[in-house]
Amino acid sequence: MMPLLSFWLSHRAELVTLFAQHVLLVALSTLVAAAVGVPLGIFAARRPRFGAPVVAIANIVQTVPSLAMFGFLLPVPLIGGVGARAAGFVLILYGLLPIIRTTIAGLNGIDPAIREAGVAMGMTPRELLWQVELPLALPSIVAGIRVAAVVGVGTATIAAAIGAGGLGEYIYRGLSMVDTTVILAGAIPAAILALVIDGALWWTERRLSARKTRRSRRATAASAAAVIAIVAAVLIGSGVITARSRGAIVVGSKNFTEQVILGELLAQTIERDTGLAVERRLNLGGTLICDRALAAGDIDVYVEYTGTALTAIFHQPINANANTVYATVRELYARSGRTVLPALGYDNTFAILVRGSDARALGLKTIEDAARQAPRWRAGFGYEFLERPDGYPGLAKAYGLQFRAPPSVMDLTLSYRALAGGQVDLIAGDATAGLIKGLDLFRLDDNRHYFPPYDAVPVARAATLLRYPQVRVALERLGGRISAGDMQAMNDAADARHEDVAQIVREFLRARLR
Amino acid sequence: MPDAAIEFRAVSFARPGGAAVLDRFDLRVPPGEVLALVGRSGAGKTTLLKLVNRLLLPDAGAVFVEGRDTRDWAPIRLRRRVGYVLQEVGLFPHMTVEDNIGVVPRLEGWPRDRVAARVGELLELIGLEPRDFAARWPDELSGGQRQRVGVARALAVDPPVLLMDEPFGALDPLTRAELHAEFRRIQDRLRKTVIIVTHDMGEAFALGDRLGVIDEGKLAACDRPSAIVGSTHPAVRRLLDAVTRLP
Repeated sequence: MMPLLSFWLSHRAELVTLFAQHVLLVALSTLVAAAVGVPLGIFAARRPRFGAPVVAIANIVQTVPSLAMFGFLLPVPLIGGVGARAAGFVLILYGLLPIIRTTIAGLNGIDPAIREAGVAMGMTPRELLWQVELPLALPSIVAGIRVAAVVGVGTATIAAAIGAGGLGEYIYRGLSMVDTTVILAGAIPAAILALVIDGALWWTERRLSARKTRRSRRATAASAAAVIAIVAAVLIGSGVITARSRGAIVVGSKNFTEQVILGELLAQTIERDTGLAVERRLNLGGTLICDRALAAGDIDVYVEYTGTALTAIFHQPINANANTVYATVRELYARSGRTVLPALGYDNTFAILVRGSDARALGLKTIEDAARQAPRWRAGFGYEFLERPDGYPGLAKAYGLQFRAPPSVMDLTLSYRALAGGQVDLIAGDATAGLIKGLDLFRLDDNRHYFPPYDAVPVARAATLLRYPQVRVALERLGGRISAGDMQAMNDAADARHEDVAQIVREFLRARLR
Repeated sequence: MPDAAIEFRAVSFARPGGAAVLDRFDLRVPPGEVLALVGRSGAGKTTLLKLVNRLLLPDAGAVFVEGRDTRDWAPIRLRRRVGYVLQEVGLFPHMTVEDNIGVVPRLEGWPRDRVAARVGELLELIGLEPRDFAARWPDELSGGQRQRVGVARALAVDPPVLLMDEPFGALDPLTRAELHAEFRRIQDRLRKTVIIVTHDMGEAFALGDRLGVIDEGKLAACDRPSAIVGSTHPAVRRLLDAVTRLP
């Protein structure tokens, strides 16, 4: 409990910002979902023949996992990409189904005699809708909005994967650092937010269905609308203000410790050397998300690895020569308006890892040695490694690897702990991971030279460098200044000792790049 | 012949499935008369009422209200000149008694104080003390009270025509007899043109200035109660026998 409180205290400004982003995202998307969903529900209830497909589509949308939905939307112009807009769009899609459904249920649940009485009294369809049908369906509609909002709070945490901000940022940060305190720092406020929204809308629902005179029902609806409007206005206002102070340069990173450190490193370097305001969009999903974000201009620079760019982004055959790979990648990036800056100085290749105790007991030195043990072993890999052309399929072919069961998919960072804990016997980690030393893991030698070089290189938008030449100068100064040992030490400080990333980077820059 | 308030001329109507309900049906109701229409369940009594306020249109023939073909009436205007009381009453559960009765006046754009005055007047007419009942909710009323409010709501803008579909069917016999007397008292004051449909010959005798018997899509008989008692038409006899055979 104490570490959590002190984390909140030390990060209070950030906490408030993330919380506000979260509320804004959920509030706006739920409002839009209601504004679209209620009319759609009315339409669907009136004309079942056209309504049925609407509900079917909304149903299908609901079954798509949210992370997959963010992925689908990455290449879509206007609504897609990374950031709060794409996240809002996904939240709206998810919110539609419950709202459409409860609107239909509310309208269909009205006693036909009541509707007939209205028609027979000479109500126009519009009068019937506003004076009879909607008031009677309102508690049901509010119940749908309540579901949409509460689900939205949960989905919005996942939206941090595409850089939408919000409390999910702490959850992802905590996952990548394997730090429960940081996970809870985001998860607890999100849960409280969900409970508060649920309670407030439950109260509204109750008030609307309770016996109240028309006037006081109207007052309830009006006061609820006013509260929503004020909250939205305040949040939009603060959103606009923060948007205006958006940094000139946006730095991105993937979602594991080393990448977050490198993102912070680029950010501090640019701030220190150029005085430009820098916005950090760290902890974006995987390679693909960062690449799309850079291509779309949502971020200006992030650190990629040459081998990853070669195989995963550009789909080129594997090549073992570091200089050839660097040149090829630089050429390919240049064609799409992106500039590869000088390599930072270390090669973060995949490290095939086993427990130190196994390596010593069985005398394992190389991947070839391990391949002989593999039929008795289980393996665990991050999903990227399983899918990438330079990942598991090629590795298995190169070494004739065959495990007892198909490898399990797990979060890259968690796989180190799974190996140390004995749940799996072999993993593919990062060569620079701080946990290798911390958990007594042993790195097997790639004696058949399967893996291409993975030199860490900053990749920036050419347009940004043209506009701010001082940024190029600053980033070029980083060239060759980070050794594998430096990186491993920084990773270790963050992962094993839970030190603050900004502080780690500050100290590194002070000591090495004065 | 004086203008009929409601007239059916050779009206035929079939349900969407094809079953004929009314077959060249003729009927004249003069202004200020209460016509009680009797028939078995499914004889087309409700259909007949819906043809009057244009909830339905005839397949052939024509229905005239105040001398004008219902096809030529704007449906909304027509329905606001024709009060309608359903068996299920259909009071709006989200509105108080006061608001239920005031629905049509509000739709007609009456100012608020005129609506309130009219609601008070109607509550007194139907024998419910406004101070006690105006602010009640429909589910706080007995079946008989609800039915009275239904009548008041139908009378709110003083329509010349009133349609009542089995209005007292769901009530216990004592309450029903009470409401029958109440209805006659109100009608003696208001002199509306009323069509009441019912499957109960006893109720028809209690309420109608004239009685009509619907049989196989036609009007088998339509006359003063005293004349109906002596009718020899087999369908009329069957309905009469059902009443007299009661213990």
